[in-house]
Amino acid sequence: MSRVEATNDFVVKFANVNGSGSASANELFAKAILRMGVPVSPRNIFPSNIQGLPTWYEVRVSEAGWLGRRGGVDMMVAMNPQTWAQDVAEVEPGGYLFYDSTKPLPPEAFRTDIHVIGMPVTAICNATYEDSRQRQLFKNIMVLGALSQLMDIEPAVIEKLFAEQYKGKERLLDSNVRALHAGREFARDHLQEGLGLKVQRADKIGARIFMEGNAAAALGCVYGGATVCAWYPITPSSSVAEAFEKYCAKFRTDPETGQRRYAIVQAEDEIASIGMITGAGWNGARAFTATSGPGVSLMTEFLGLAYFAEIPLTIIDVQRGGPSTGMPTRTQQADLMSSAYASHGDTKHVLLLPQDPKECFEHAAAALDLADRLQTPVFVLTDLDIGMNQRLSEPLEWDDSRRFDRGKVMTAEELEAGKDFGRYKDVDGDGIPWRTLPGTHPSKGAYFTRGTTRDPYAQYSEKGPDYLYNVERLLRKFATAARLVPQPVLKPAAAKTRLAVIYFGSTAPSMDEALHALAAEGIHLDGLRLRAFPFPDSVRDFIAAHDQVFVVEQNRDAQMRSLLVNELEINPAKLTKVLHFDGTPITARFITQAITRHVHALATAPRQEAA
Amino acid sequence: MTYIAKPKLHHPSLAKNAVGYTRRDYEGKVSTLCAGCGHDSVSAAIVQACWQLDIAPHRVAKLSGIGCSSKTPDYFLGASHGFNTVHGRMPSVLTGANLANRELLYLGISGDGDSASIGLGQFAHAMRRGVRMVYIVENNGVYGLTKGQFSATADRGSVAKKGATNTDTAIDLVSLALQLGATYVARSFSGDKAQLVPLIEGAMRHGGAAFIDVISPCVAFNNHAGSTRSYDYVREHNEAVSRIDFIDLAPDQRARGDEDVILVPQQDGSLMRLRRVKPDYDATDRIAAMNQVLALAAAGEIATGLLYVDPQARDMHAGLNTVAAPLSRLAEAELCPGRAALDKINAGLR
Repeated sequence: MSRVEATNDFVVKFANVNGSGSASANELFAKAILRMGVPVSPRNIFPSNIQGLPTWYEVRVSEAGWLGRRGGVDMMVAMNPQTWAQDVAEVEPGGYLFYDSTKPLPPEAFRTDIHVIGMPVTAICNATYEDSRQRQLFKNIMVLGALSQLMDIEPAVIEKLFAEQYKGKERLLDSNVRALHAGREFARDHLQEGLGLKVQRADKIGARIFMEGNAAAALGCVYGGATVCAWYPITPSSSVAEAFEKYCAKFRTDPETGQRRYAIVQAEDEIASIGMITGAGWNGARAFTATSGPGVSLMTEFLGLAYFAEIPLTIIDVQRGGPSTGMPTRTQQADLMSSAYASHGDTKHVLLLPQDPKECFEHAAAALDLADRLQTPVFVLTDLDIGMNQRLSEPLEWDDSRRFDRGKVMTAEELEAGKDFGRYKDVDGDGIPWRTLPGTHPSKGAYFTRGTTRDPYAQYSEKGPDYLYNVERLLRKFATAARLVPQPVLKPAAAKTRLAVIYFGSTAPSMDEALHALAAEGIHLDGLRLRAFPFPDSVRDFIAAHDQVFVVEQNRDAQMRSLLVNELEINPAKLTKVLHFDGTPITARFITQAITRHVHALATAPRQEAA
Repeated sequence: MTYIAKPKLHHPSLAKNAVGYTRRDYEGKVSTLCAGCGHDSVSAAIVQACWQLDIAPHRVAKLSGIGCSSKTPDYFLGASHGFNTVHGRMPSVLTGANLANRELLYLGISGDGDSASIGLGQFAHAMRRGVRMVYIVENNGVYGLTKGQFSATADRGSVAKKGATNTDTAIDLVSLALQLGATYVARSFSGDKAQLVPLIEGAMRHGGAAFIDVISPCVAFNNHAGSTRSYDYVREHNEAVSRIDFIDLAPDQRARGDEDVILVPQQDGSLMRLRRVKPDYDATDRIAAMNQVLALAAAGEIATGLLYVDPQARDMHAGLNTVAAPLSRLAEAELCPGRAALDKINAGLR
């Protein structure tokens, strides 16, 4: 039988029962490897459930630094009898199955082409601990101990993580260390057949941090100066508001009075959430909400109002599988169309597309600036894969000389000096009018905000020319937005090529790896990672400079491709769909195979006549 | 009417209040509502209350939803910022505006369709959050702007102009507000300015969620022959006390009742009986208020006046423990933790 032998390059998947305390032990496993200087990318695969249903934690270890999901499992740590059969089936031939051997299983429960490592964890724990809760919790730590022994993970590293976790709770610390070593000793004495997967100390982490995108987005809102957060709980975005609360409690509480320099309201629904941030934005506060697709659906009427009445607000949409309630705990990039064109009438919205926690942080802060500058709703479209998984990311950066861009807000002094104020008048040629905040001046600058048409001086009007002036100005403003949003990142191929690929968001790490793999096979593609909608001219130029462009995205309907076709009037034949939408994060293997297939088909197809 | 621009000149002899404004400084555009609409009387009462309370107009933010009533913020306080939002969602926008700047006076204008039908949820949650505001519902029991459909406050058995009979139970917003934790709850009649203006003043001085249900008859859909609200009848009885374009029905209505009861003719020819609460009524007892409202309702009457007030009301900001300064005015130094703090966060994430 073959045997997977790999050092610092493998995938381990833990199959657990939700609510059994496995999450923290699994995280310790990933973090211990990280502390040994080896990049890891863990992913939670969890059900819409609090206790009892299956949950998985998949850890990719990659010294080469590939952070996308690889696909395939080299070792399954099968701790959940409910999912045994599918877990066993998922292991690569020659891979390993680690399981709790307390209860004997019939031979047909196993495969002959994988290596089985049994540890009677339950029996050991039952013999060691009286308390049923301890028996459960320490089971996870004993498994961690055994794996660390088998994989050469340094116990001192795990002990240090314990010490950080249980600072001030020495009793807990001691019992965890004991359980860890009990697991190590068992493995040393009884699992001599060993494991071909090894971790070896490296120096591949550098200054990088390990963080969830949702926490990073929340921190971006803190740094970007958001003071009002209104939200309604929805997976996978709830932890954005919760992290915002945590960071604000730490950084925005007046040390003397205990008073808060922020307001967080858990609203009665998403309609009220966006209503509140619309009111706050109108009144001069930086405000945001965090939601997911169904929430955006509920917000659409307000989005039309905010677009037309020109109210700054920020929406962090952590995308999940749709349609309807879809797959609430699985990832997709499927809210592009519904966000870009959200609401009734002619509307278009700015979307930012972060690839990792660092960009979640940067784009959240940028969104608050852009919303004020453009006086319009700005979406940060992240997804479950980035939002709810810890991801290795460059450290967050902030320049202390940076100032909030509050946009065109006319002051009392300017009004007093007689500056002309036309709320909906384009005086600067960029489509962006000036606004005043309520309460600014006793007799100048007040206006009536409405969703109905008005003239440049905010007077009610149903005249065609007034309507045209407004909506055409809004288009000019959108063109301005294309210049202000985060610009696309070009990743040129090593060799000159007529092929290209466009991608964005959480696809980026798998795409990086796929481009590397494709180049190794002689398929060279220029890559363009989009970071925002609307598209700047460089996107059009990039597409024009290539014969065939793959558009890789994680939804069924090729929504980004539709936006490109629609907004840039690209010939659809030029844009080939590469779509992954089963709810699991896209893998480099998938992209590589799909593009290879297309490229081979192109090579054999008759050449297109030049237009 | 609406095509006539209102002259901006003031008569020099107009009286000024303590902050230097004449009553005309509190007016807005010419109303585009129907002649004789009760809503215009409410607008006039708001003008009167703000002037009497010496409130600088620009320190008021007026917000509304959609509907006839929600158009009215354009017709008063022209020097205030106004926001005509979306149908039924004024409460959330007002809540957010209040979160951003707690220093302004928030005036929410809504109707029975806006607050009791599409916006019932937001109405309820704004009350229970204790948003400091004056929330006025101009309640006429019909959808005026879409021409006469029943609203959720229409009484069961009432008949619409087109002949349909309402078979659903009416929602009483006053009872709801009392139950949901509003700390100032009143009801009045658009034709009873003597009662309405002080109630609005009290609401403006209140430190929490203040709600006033104003019975405000719809002339357009109560205009049939024999009605005391027919266009001819109203024109004949116009007292011309208006400073904006409205018709005050109060003197006429009062003549039809005794001192404590006002009779308001309904579309179907019946009379709505509004009973003023007695001078010895204890308005600080929420349970007594609920009893009073329900007892009168059972007797076929509607309680008016200040029904409940908690003089020690706390508002949403007290619950959130926000700083005294408006959040909208906080700057980088107060909001952004800076690079050193971020470096520490980074260090904790390795």
